Amino acid sequence: MTTSLTIGVLALQGAYEAHAQSLRLLGATPKLIRTPEDLIGPDGKSTVDGLIMPGGESTTMLKFLERNNFFEILKSFVTKTPTFGTCAGAILLANEVEHPAQKSLAALDITVERNAYGRQIDSTILKSETTLPGGPLEMVFIRAPRITRTGPKVETLATRDGFPVLIRSGHLLAATFHPELSDDTRIHKLFLDLVRESKS
Amino acid sequence: MADHTHNGNGNFGSTTLRLKTGLAEMLKGGVIMDVMNVEQARIAEEAGAISVMALERVPAMIRAEGGVARMANPKLIKQIISAVSIPVMAKARIGHFAEAQVLQTLGVDFIDESEVLTPADEVYHIDKHAFTTPFVCGARNLGEALRRIAEGAAMIRTKGEPGTGDVVHAVQHMRQIVREIKALTVLGDEELYNAAKVHGAPYELIRMVAKAGKLPVPNFSAGGIATPADAALMMQLGAESVFVGSGIFMKERATPLDVENNPLEREEAVSRAKAIVIATTHFNDPKIVADACEAVIGSMKGLAAAAIEEQHLMQTRGW
Repeated sequence: MTTSLTIGVLALQGAYEAHAQSLRLLGATPKLIRTPEDLIGPDGKSTVDGLIMPGGESTTMLKFLERNNFFEILKSFVTKTPTFGTCAGAILLANEVEHPAQKSLAALDITVERNAYGRQIDSTILKSETTLPGGPLEMVFIRAPRITRTGPKVETLATRDGFPVLIRSGHLLAATFHPELSDDTRIHKLFLDLVRESKS
Repeated sequence: MADHTHNGNGNFGSTTLRLKTGLAEMLKGGVIMDVMNVEQARIAEEAGAISVMALERVPAMIRAEGGVARMANPKLIKQIISAVSIPVMAKARIGHFAEAQVLQTLGVDFIDESEVLTPADEVYHIDKHAFTTPFVCGARNLGEALRRIAEGAAMIRTKGEPGTGDVVHAVQHMRQIVREIKALTVLGDEELYNAAKVHGAPYELIRMVAKAGKLPVPNFSAGGIATPADAALMMQLGAESVFVGSGIFMKERATPLDVENNPLEREEAVSRAKAIVIATTHFNDPKIVADACEAVIGSMKGLAAAAIEEQHLMQTRGW
């Protein structure tokens, strides 16, 4: 019998409940993370096997991270524990953020341009092939950012107009779309596999 | 109006509606702040607001000054859109689809068909399916919420009593909606037809709510939320985000804090905005809410909702 994975979901603001629901469907246990103490136990160890940083407003999330040393704690956490960032979460993980420039955890060797496709009226749902088996993948883009540069160690799993929209680098996964808003569970499965890999 | 097809009971599988509720999903767990100028919009973003609502007068001023309240001037909306990176909302009058068309053209991210403005139609709300831009609408009970959803609203908020700083009606509306949802979940299939009649709402939506135990779109709260504790209260009662109107930038009922020229008043506005954002995220942690309450400088004076005469209530606009 395999033990259930506990996956933290950063719940400062945004689509955290939708991610928690996707995790439950796959048999993992979501844990909402709102404070540094939620993430790191009194023994100094991580309370979760992996972390999802959801979509929402990255500016808002940063305000919370700037309090109580949360930023530094999270920065150190993501260097060693599997983390999946979607949309705003991907922006937080990036090495560099543009339009406008803002602070980030600089854990993932990419450059991200915020709101790169325009406003809500330009949001869209696309279906296209990825490197994952199982056929075309539905991708929900909402006021999406664009990954404008990837470092040499970053693997691109899916693209939109030639720009990466799903990438992996070691124990980190990032998407500029919202797999938590689709019925297709392949992306969350991929992340859970990555978490299991890192545990073994 | 643009060509569109829908079945009148909310086609939740449609691409457009999924994108609309998708943005609402991203706005959960946060604070949407009313702003009347670029400086207030910057303060809101800096404080951690997830979105700003661009308008010319906040509800407290509309209430005090009277007259016809309309959509904000496009120039102001454009200035605010270029000043911040977070989503920008704006209000159209109930039934005024031409104002809504203007707001969509300006690139506003969410349109609030709002009872705070003077209604433009006494019978019909806007056909919101006809727009690409998502709409949020106010509701006092489940039937009203579902009628708005049938018309295409992608987010519901309680009406409360805007511009008062008195949370009592927001509480009443949230409790009523939650209670009516709970009641539906225990009804048998044959009873749901009658529930549709009682609530004056489409049967398909009633059925959907009965099965899911929640609205098919995010459920936020607005109307009189003025303090960090108010925000925590509404979140605990089931709101998924809060709108704060007059509570941040007003000192007396009809006078805004001068955030552009008076550093002390600016600091006061910043303190309130930050504290409400913190209390909304940490609504379940009274210790953090206590710290947030302590950090607030001053508060809007407020107007007891019970003291307002029936004909001056804003929440009774719309149906």
